[in-house]
Amino acid sequence: MSNRVNVLKTCKLYIGGKFSRSESEHYFQVLDKKQKPLANLCRASRKDLRNAIQAARKAQADWAGRTAYNRGQILYRMAEMLEGRRDQFITELERAAVSRRNAENEVDLAIDRLVHYAGWTDKYPALFSSVNPVASAHFNFSIPEPTGVVGVIAPDNGALIGLVSLIAPVIAGGNTCVVISSEKHGSIACTLAEIIHSSDVPGGVVNMLTGFRADLVPHLSAHMDVNAVLSAADDTDQKKIIQENAHLNVKRVHFYDGTDWLKEQSQSPYYIMDFQEIKTTWHPVGT
Amino acid sequence: MIPDFKQTVPVDQIGVDERVARFRTRSIKKESKLFALKLALQMVDLTTLEGMDSPGKVRQLCYKALYPHGTDPDIPRVAAICVYPNRVRLAAEILKGSGIHVASVATSFPSGMGTLESRIEEVKYAVDEGADEIDMVISRWAFLKGEYGFVFDEIAAIKEACGPAHLKVILETGELETYENIRKASDIAIYAGADFIKTSTGKISPAATMPVTLVMLYAIRDYFLKTGTRIGMKPAGGIRDSKTALHYLVMVKETLGADWLNPDLFRFGASSLANDLLMQILKQKTGHYQSPDYFSIG
Repeated sequence: MSNRVNVLKTCKLYIGGKFSRSESEHYFQVLDKKQKPLANLCRASRKDLRNAIQAARKAQADWAGRTAYNRGQILYRMAEMLEGRRDQFITELERAAVSRRNAENEVDLAIDRLVHYAGWTDKYPALFSSVNPVASAHFNFSIPEPTGVVGVIAPDNGALIGLVSLIAPVIAGGNTCVVISSEKHGSIACTLAEIIHSSDVPGGVVNMLTGFRADLVPHLSAHMDVNAVLSAADDTDQKKIIQENAHLNVKRVHFYDGTDWLKEQSQSPYYIMDFQEIKTTWHPVGT
Repeated sequence: MIPDFKQTVPVDQIGVDERVARFRTRSIKKESKLFALKLALQMVDLTTLEGMDSPGKVRQLCYKALYPHGTDPDIPRVAAICVYPNRVRLAAEILKGSGIHVASVATSFPSGMGTLESRIEEVKYAVDEGADEIDMVISRWAFLKGEYGFVFDEIAAIKEACGPAHLKVILETGELETYENIRKASDIAIYAGADFIKTSTGKISPAATMPVTLVMLYAIRDYFLKTGTRIGMKPAGGIRDSKTALHYLVMVKETLGADWLNPDLFRFGASSLANDLLMQILKQKTGHYQSPDYFSIG
C-alpha cells in the first residue's frame, strides 16, 4: 500500500475543554521554515474569544480552590504527557521552525520547565506570605491569591518553550487563562492543547486560540471579565492598545517581550507572583 | 362558545420543533439588537421564590427593579417583581408609584395541592396586601386524570377571587408530558378567564422551552382569531441568556404579531436573565464585553 494518502490532523481551537472549530468558519494558512504550507488553522473570532473567556471564568473558582498539591500533580502530569510525545514535538518543531538539535533542546527544556513550576505550586505561597508586625491586638498576615482570568499573548520566539513558560506560572498560581497563540506557530499550540487536554487539567483552565492577534487583542484587553493581560509578543502598537484598554477595569498588565525563553533565568517563582494579589487579614487576638 | 375539552386539538410535534429550530437561527444585530434587549428587559418579571426569601432579600430585589444599573435613565425598568404572598406588602410599599407591578404566586404554589378554599383565601390575602398580578398553579393531578371540568372551575373561581388583579395561570408544562396536553391546558386556562398563560413554576425541570411556548402561542392566536381578545404569555424558568430571550421575541413577533411585543402581553419569568440583558445592553453601548463583577445582584 505505497499509495496511501496521509490523514492530516484538523487543527481546532481548544475552548472549555473541548476542541471546536471557529464560530466564524474562517481559516488561515501557516508556513513551515521552508515557506511551504504547514497547516490550516482556525482563525478565531471575537465570539470564540468571548466563549473562551466565559469558559475560563467558569473554571477559575474550582481551579483556585484545589489544593496547591493537586495543582502541582496536574502540572507534573503535563510534563509526563509531553515527555511521552517528545518525538512528535521534536518533529513538529523541526519542520516548523528550528534545527533538529535546537528542537530536541527546546522540548526537553519545556518538560523541565513544567516540572519546575509543578514543584513551586505548594511552595510559593509560603515564600511570599508574611506575618506583619502591627501596633494592636491583631495577628496580621498577608498571603498571595490568584488574580483570576488572565489573557496570555504568546511570543513568536520559542514556539513551544515560549508557550509553556507563559502558561505554567499563570496556572500554577490558580489563575485560568485564554491563550492567543503565535500567528507563526499556531500548529504547535494546537498540539500543546492536546497535551493539556490529556493531563487532568480541568476544562476551561487553559483555552487555546489560534488566529490573528490584530483580531483578538483589542477585544481581549477591553473585556471587563479579564483580570490581567500578559503579552510576550513584540508589537508596539498592540502594547499601546493593551495599556489603553486595561484602564477599563484596571487590569494587571505585564509585558515579557524580548525574553529569551531558552535561558535558565527565564523561570522563577516571580513569574507566578506577577499574577497574584496580596490579601492582608487582620485577625483579632487576646491581649 | 366554550369548546369540548375532551376533544384533542392535534399538535404537529415535528412541525413545532422545526419551526423553533428556524427561530433559533435568526440573528439580530446593532440597533435592532439594542432595541430588542431593552424591550426584553421591560418584559422581565424579576422573581424570587425561595423558602429563604427574607425581607432583606426582597428589598434588594425591589431596588434592583427600581435601579437596574445605577441611575442610568437610558436603561428601562423591569415589568414586575414576583414574590410569595407574605412578601407582597413589603414589595408594594417599596415599589409604590414606580409603575412596577407586584406579582404574587398563590394557590399553594408550586404544587397546587391545597384545598380550593385555602387557595382562594391565599389569593385574596395577596390581593389585599397589594398584589396586582396573581400567578396561580393548576391542579396537574386533576388535569392528567382527565378532570378538565375541575381544572376549569378552579381557574374560574380563582379569577373571581382576584378581583381587579391580573391572573396568570401556570400550567407547569414539565409535568404535562405531551404538546397536545399543553395545548389543551392552555385552552382550558384561556376560556376559564386567564389574562396570561405561563409555562412553569421554575421548580421543575424542564421549565420553559421554546417549543412548549410556541404551542401555547398557537392557543393564544386561535383564541384571538375566534374572539378578538388578546391573552398574554409568560415563559418562566430556564431562560438565562439574552440570546434565548431574543429568540423568544422573534417567535412571538412571527406567531402573534407586533401587538404582543409589549410587557402587557408578554413577560419573562426570570431572575438571572435581567443581569445578562443589562450586560448585553452595556456591551452594545460601550463596545466592550462586560463582567458580572460590575452589576448589582438581583
